[in-house]
Amino acid sequence: MKKIILPFLIGIFSMAMVSCEYDNYEKPNARLYGNIVYQGEPINVKYNDVTLQLWESGWDLNYRIDVTVSPEGAYSALVFDGDYKLIIPSHQGPFRSIENTETQSDTILVSLNGDYHMDIEVEPYYMVRNTQFSVSGNILSTNFGLEKIIKDIDAKDIETVYLYVNKTKFVDFDARVADAALAVGDIVDMNSISLSLTIPELVPAQNYVFARVGVKIAGVEDLLFSAVEKVNL
Amino acid sequence: MKKIFYIAIIFTALGWGCDDESFLNKEPKNILLESQIWEDESTVLSIIADLYVRFPEYQTVTGWQEFTNFDEAFASSNGDYWRHKSSEYGYDWWGMWDYGLIRHVNLFIEKCELADEVLLPSKPRFLAEARLLRAAYYFEMVKRMGGVPLILESMQYDFSGDPTYLQFPRAKEYEVYDFILSELVDIKGDLPDDVNIKSRATMALDLAMQSRVALYAGSIAKYGQNTPTVTLPGGEVGIPAQMADAYYQKALNAAEELLLDGTYSLYEKKEDLSDNFAKLFQDKANNPEVIFVKDYLQSEDGAISNPWTLVNQPWSGAEDLEGGRLNPSLNLVQSFEKLDNTYETFQTVDDAGNFIFYDNPSDIFAGRDARLEGTVMIPGSKFKGKDLDIWAGFILPDGTKVSGTYFGDKKTLPGKDVEEQVVGYDGPIDSREYSAQSGFYVRKHMDEATGSGQRGLKSSTWWVRYRLAEVYLNAAEAAFELGNSAKAATHMNVVRHRAGFTIPLVASDINFDRIFNERRVELAFEGHQLWDMKRWRIAHEIWNGITQELTNDPGKADAVQTRVFGLWPYKYYDPAGSVNNGKYVFVEKLPAEVTTAHRFRLGNYYSEINDGIINSNPLIVKNPNQN
Repeated sequence: MKKIILPFLIGIFSMAMVSCEYDNYEKPNARLYGNIVYQGEPINVKYNDVTLQLWESGWDLNYRIDVTVSPEGAYSALVFDGDYKLIIPSHQGPFRSIENTETQSDTILVSLNGDYHMDIEVEPYYMVRNTQFSVSGNILSTNFGLEKIIKDIDAKDIETVYLYVNKTKFVDFDARVADAALAVGDIVDMNSISLSLTIPELVPAQNYVFARVGVKIAGVEDLLFSAVEKVNL
Repeated sequence: MKKIFYIAIIFTALGWGCDDESFLNKEPKNILLESQIWEDESTVLSIIADLYVRFPEYQTVTGWQEFTNFDEAFASSNGDYWRHKSSEYGYDWWGMWDYGLIRHVNLFIEKCELADEVLLPSKPRFLAEARLLRAAYYFEMVKRMGGVPLILESMQYDFSGDPTYLQFPRAKEYEVYDFILSELVDIKGDLPDDVNIKSRATMALDLAMQSRVALYAGSIAKYGQNTPTVTLPGGEVGIPAQMADAYYQKALNAAEELLLDGTYSLYEKKEDLSDNFAKLFQDKANNPEVIFVKDYLQSEDGAISNPWTLVNQPWSGAEDLEGGRLNPSLNLVQSFEKLDNTYETFQTVDDAGNFIFYDNPSDIFAGRDARLEGTVMIPGSKFKGKDLDIWAGFILPDGTKVSGTYFGDKKTLPGKDVEEQVVGYDGPIDSREYSAQSGFYVRKHMDEATGSGQRGLKSSTWWVRYRLAEVYLNAAEAAFELGNSAKAATHMNVVRHRAGFTIPLVASDINFDRIFNERRVELAFEGHQLWDMKRWRIAHEIWNGITQELTNDPGKADAVQTRVFGLWPYKYYDPAGSVNNGKYVFVEKLPAEVTTAHRFRLGNYYSEINDGIINSNPLIVKNPNQN
């Protein structure tokens, strides 16, 4: 029996060694990464809500690569070296694209040869400014301002502002333990909006929460957020 | 001598072998030639039967899971809890781009047209059926994808290396609807007018389909204005608002033609109105309401029998080791009105916050629309003559709950020394698959025949695609949208009378919420909900991704319904002499597996046309609001 096993094992191993050459493809080596920014400041969005598209032309068939923007407004994609077109689909995100001077459209040409950092400048409808959180007891309050960025024909109104609180760094209407809302009609001063909520009992208990402000703009599906902040209780 | 004999044999053999050209021209024995097919009614019937079988469905009795994607039901099955845990619907969900099917029906029409009418006397009927099926396929595509290329003849590639002549752009959305309607008008006369034909096309199906199609087009034209971004500049998605009235008028005319004809009537054979409503989906003998079905046959052949009863039967009386999957939600159950035409949520506690006690678990549901118990098995009801056993445990005066983790689990209650059953044999138990995790099981489409719950047999119940009550509601909605609320009330009252309502609605009662809710309760689990929410453009409002408590305003069309809730009965345990000991109390419950709120995005209104389709036909434009 042993006599058979040894040659058998040797056979298997040699086959495994040989097949390595055929099985292994080159791995993607170029990392394209950066932030979606307005004047250098990242635009915060909801997790899994905003996607960009990468297209590589020159192939018979075109299939896009979807790149998801993180809640902090960062994106990254690991791809092969080559020439890509980067597109932000028109309805994505609480912002509009800025015309690219090179292509005279919203398409951005990206030539990749190794890692490449690129911040994408866009124009948001609004920006959340001076967000401050404070806690007293189990009441969490916030005060912030909204600055209207787009004032031309594309200008849009605010619909509702929200305050979200969650146990983890993912904070939005999907991932939250508590929220408070304020409709636009109840906002007196756009530069000083206050919201507060009661933090429910956290299971398991923790002595901090994450909070941020969300803004629903009329006619725009994706919400605009402030930066996530860790608030100690 | 022998030599001569052998030579003679060889020559004879060779002579035979070379004999005849027809040796290489034999007719095949394993396939039928086209000439053979088109001169025989029975072979043509088998081809058209194939086209019927391939009728596209989204929610149907062979796919119970799809009914749990929205707010009608909870999925009590380990493999399907994800439906309540993922918030977003994929952009490619419920999509359809089946030009193989379209090609086959086009080929059928082309070849049937060439057939000899003497040998094929039913040719006009076959042609009309095929054209109706093609119209129905296009209807299935347009309600999912918006305008699609209208391909009306089979296409042939010439192998020139250039396929561009086979590429067609998408038609405008209203052009597809207009095509469907004109085809249906055109072929109506060639279809039989026979109330006993249920699984093939009839004149009644033609009219019922016209009313549904025109109603969809009309509401997209009207309510599309509420979602201005769900349009495309070329009209592939979106219908101009000024076309709404014409479509509504067509829907009303087609519906009324069928209703006034009088051949069909609502099913009213049973005295008990709930049983009557349930029977409507099972009774295959002289059923005057059902118009068009997919038929099934109880059989060991899994492909032709209906699995609905097997997968959804109450666990306590199950005929096999499964069941109980589809649990209707409290969201749906509380939408059934009280018999005085008002809406009310279920009263579990009084004004002071104390439990309200019920002697029987079914008492809390008393005095409601008879369709409730025809659609849903409530605690305290029976199935196949057996009592259901739905109760979640004991509740003590201090609020403590005693319950188990398995069907009919046993524990010792405080103050006792013997173990006793502390939870029903149907649950509800959180995360226990096949238990009634919402507190309810489904009754609609359930077959009461013995053996229908066995894996080896399953059920003969048919899947009803079109029935007369929907036509009444189509007529009511179209009349309402055309400003004739009195007529809308008349049509709705026919359906409501069958459900046990004795006070008729009057014109001033009719509003959009009424239209919405009547369809919700009458047509639950019949595959209408998604398409209705889409055409009314309220899907993104009621499934808006926001975690919210169950609405206290049942019957409101725009109430948020992002999560499914349940209503759990408990037995009150207070042996120290309380009169309420052993009575039932109810607790509104969010099933533990429901963790996320559904979110219907604007890009879900029309399903995604993927890059593969666009690669093979660059003339296709994408649907709006997607990636």
